[in-house]
Amino acid sequence: MSITDTKPIEPKEYKEMGLNEAEYNEIVRVLGRHPTYTEVGMYSVMWSEHCGYKYSRPILRLFKKYREAIDGAGLENAGIIDIGDGLGVAMKIESHNHPSAVEPFQSAATGIGGMLRDIFTMGARPIAALNSLRFGPLDEPRNRYLFEQVIAGLGYYGNAVGVPTVGGEVYFEECYSGNCLVNAMALGLIRHDEVAYARADGVGNSVLIVGSYTGRDGIHGATFASVELNEESESKKSNVQMGDPFVENVLIEATLEAIASGFVVGIQDMGAAGITCSTCETSAKAGTGMRIDVKNVPTREECMTPYEIMLSESQERMLAIVQKDKVDEVTAIFKKWGVPANVIGEVTDDGLVHVYEGDDLVAQVPAKSLADDAPTYQLEAKEPAYLAALQNYDLSQVSEPADYNEALLAILASPSIASKQWAYEQFDQTLLTNTVVAPGSNAAVLRIRGTNKGIGVVVDCNGRYCYLDPFVGAQIAVAEAARNLACSGAKAVGATDCLNFGNPERPDGFWQFKRAVEGLAEACEFFDAPIVSGNVSLYNETPEMAVYPTPAIGMLGLLDDVEKHCTSEFKAEGDVVVLISGVRFDEGEKLPVCERESLGGSEYLKVIHGIVAGRPPVLDMEQEKRVHGALLKGIGDGVIKSAHDCADGGLAVTLAESCIAGGIGADVKLSANCGPSAALFAETQSRVVVSVEAEKLGLLREIVDAYRVESTILGTVGGDAMTIAVNDVEIINVGVSELDSCWRNAIPGKMAETGVEC
Amino acid sequence: MKFGVVRFPGSSGDKDAYFAVRDVTGQSVEYIWHESTDLSGFDCIILPGGASYGDYLRAGGVAKNSPIIDAIRKFADGGGRVIGIGNGFQILCEAGLLPGDLLMNNTARFRCLPVKVRVDNNTSDFSGKCCKGQVLSLPIAHLTGRYYCDSDTLNVLEKDGRVLLRYCDESGNATEQANPNGSVGNIAGVVNERGNIAGMMPHPERAVEDILGSTDGVCILQSMVEARL
Repeated sequence: MSITDTKPIEPKEYKEMGLNEAEYNEIVRVLGRHPTYTEVGMYSVMWSEHCGYKYSRPILRLFKKYREAIDGAGLENAGIIDIGDGLGVAMKIESHNHPSAVEPFQSAATGIGGMLRDIFTMGARPIAALNSLRFGPLDEPRNRYLFEQVIAGLGYYGNAVGVPTVGGEVYFEECYSGNCLVNAMALGLIRHDEVAYARADGVGNSVLIVGSYTGRDGIHGATFASVELNEESESKKSNVQMGDPFVENVLIEATLEAIASGFVVGIQDMGAAGITCSTCETSAKAGTGMRIDVKNVPTREECMTPYEIMLSESQERMLAIVQKDKVDEVTAIFKKWGVPANVIGEVTDDGLVHVYEGDDLVAQVPAKSLADDAPTYQLEAKEPAYLAALQNYDLSQVSEPADYNEALLAILASPSIASKQWAYEQFDQTLLTNTVVAPGSNAAVLRIRGTNKGIGVVVDCNGRYCYLDPFVGAQIAVAEAARNLACSGAKAVGATDCLNFGNPERPDGFWQFKRAVEGLAEACEFFDAPIVSGNVSLYNETPEMAVYPTPAIGMLGLLDDVEKHCTSEFKAEGDVVVLISGVRFDEGEKLPVCERESLGGSEYLKVIHGIVAGRPPVLDMEQEKRVHGALLKGIGDGVIKSAHDCADGGLAVTLAESCIAGGIGADVKLSANCGPSAALFAETQSRVVVSVEAEKLGLLREIVDAYRVESTILGTVGGDAMTIAVNDVEIINVGVSELDSCWRNAIPGKMAETGVEC
Repeated sequence: MKFGVVRFPGSSGDKDAYFAVRDVTGQSVEYIWHESTDLSGFDCIILPGGASYGDYLRAGGVAKNSPIIDAIRKFADGGGRVIGIGNGFQILCEAGLLPGDLLMNNTARFRCLPVKVRVDNNTSDFSGKCCKGQVLSLPIAHLTGRYYCDSDTLNVLEKDGRVLLRYCDESGNATEQANPNGSVGNIAGVVNERGNIAGMMPHPERAVEDILGSTDGVCILQSMVEARL
């Protein structure tokens, strides 16, 4: 049976689905005829940017692992990082930005659900979730609503599904007002010899749909993700999927049990583009084909058309390819957990996906053309017009603040810096009893049960730096992630990235994307943290503005002995506070001529002066890597008692956070080569504040010499106030309790303001 | 001594309870599927935390109809020991095996944090290894943890010393500020009249190893092991 006599699809119809004329003509060429309505729908989602990466694919080839996968065995649902002992960690981060802007609670929830399915369909047991979030300022009622609902949605799903949320980051900037960013990350633990693959091998094997019934929710979700947000976006609420964490919870247990039975040949999550994507990708990867009948797909609504069934993005569903004589055994496992599992077709050898509705053939397309042959475009890249003026901003014209105490408190109360306890208290952080370091320190640390090992995990990105220089900003995101891991005693071993950018069809938007990826690819290889998985989210803009380029980096680190982890808080009276930095003065390496240059893109400039300008701080990756080495050695040897990296807000904020977390003060002296504000608030890279016992200073000196980094004694831990003198003049003297309440109450205070606006 | 950890669909705290019993107390432990009705051979049953049946209807409101609940009722009638933690506490209240109800936190938000609780009764099967007035640091993680009962029931609980744990400050004072969810009388855990069924919202099974930040939960587990059957 084959399809003949098809009529041309009206340009208006395929354009509405997101295809252009050239793409439509390519479909006609591939099929040798006009497509059916169902087929056009299938191509339009698979060839959207969200699924087909038609704009980003040429750039993503800069990532080594991506290149190897595309040219080799193909991409899997998530990447796996070896941690020894026959174990691996499956890790991935993914965006759920556009739906969150219109339906924040459900969308944030669904974001976690999709991530977890990518993890456990590989046979990995999910052990932790993280998130990376961006909102507009909390002064706006709409932004408070989005923040509140996204956090509630993440908590609702993560807590009920039974996976602890152990870390994350939240920033607030004007550019995210109309287009918040919601990136969810998940990790799973797996034995290398138990990995399941997303392949439809074995002609004659049965194809099952497992999990929730299929509804009309989320149709064309992938297409929605591939256009800009505008005033009509609110009407796209039906594009938003609805998640059910209970169904997911039992799906996890049932799936892992089914995979362990050995009867499952291949399995893939149904996320974007639902049945269409999973059938064509698993077939294409195995070089097989598939024949399915949509009448066998259980639906939750009456009279669904093949088009709707093939494009539905209903959540908590998976495609499983099962040995043909073991279907009963596998369905019994799902039945025990109350999870529907139904045979919808079988694997064939002709490379085609045949979709039937009973006896009628409604689609017949080459699997590979849908999965792998999305047209790619080399877009024009052009440096944004705004950039030169911003980068050349004269930072010497910035005045000193009237009162340094007030300035410090204002920065601590800036929601991007302030405590995020309001948010992470809504997440179960301790479930599964692996959480050694919960949110609020540098990286989260988990123990690996049954071994002495631990893993550190973190997600980082300073979008403002990326706005001012996407190449350097992206590299700093990688360096900071690895630095946070090193501060926790974990050595970076792998990364995942979520590339959030604006419209790539604008040359300046594409330039940002290209430069950031170039920076990421170089930095991840340099820090031995290859990117093993990731996600691209483009078109993050409204008619008013685009978001800052925001390549969020999730990074995994390994601790050989989890007992030897380190945290950020000062531990004891009398300990010596030391700054470890990458610059080695006695070898002629120099700080920037004036540290004021490291004020570019700083929180200080933004909060105190209302300026977003300058260049991001200079990053020397060689120096940075040596700092990580010294930290890991110092922590591993038990010399370093606390470590906290200098990042947003600069040295004064780092010191304050270590005081607040330890509930103890510090007396610190700095020398400045230009204004005190630069000494306090410049965000110079490759620096970490550590504390050590006085008698161990000699050992620390040996370590920093061995790693050719600099150590500068800043002062001592003790008392109930933090004091900082710059060039022997005391300019900061604030009680720890005041620092604490200012930092801790900032976000709850904002959220208590005159309600929210839906 | 043999423990059983009941698994309802959605009981994600099952593994925490299982590992705590096996690795910390060294006792034997098995999972029990919620459709099971045979509890012979078990000495102590744990209803773990999580969100059984997705907390649909009410937290614990569906699980109370599982076949195992009747078996647990008979088991307890015969003197067997039963503890419900978090969602398990909610199920025991829903099933009428413990007095009172658990309502949504007065903050209307899920709360996960370490809290202090005071041991008010150290003569029960669940607290014999603790000292009276001892302050324990245990994690909570719940949306529906506000213990509520009417004043008559409260009077009985107080009079009979059936309040096991009470939210308190570092010094053991049951202040309003130390109450994380608005529970009546700062109540974090109770026992039944006979003293062989307990429920608590804090998670002792998550505080049993130094690496997890607290070992204060051990005394509760160890109390169950060492109390006379």
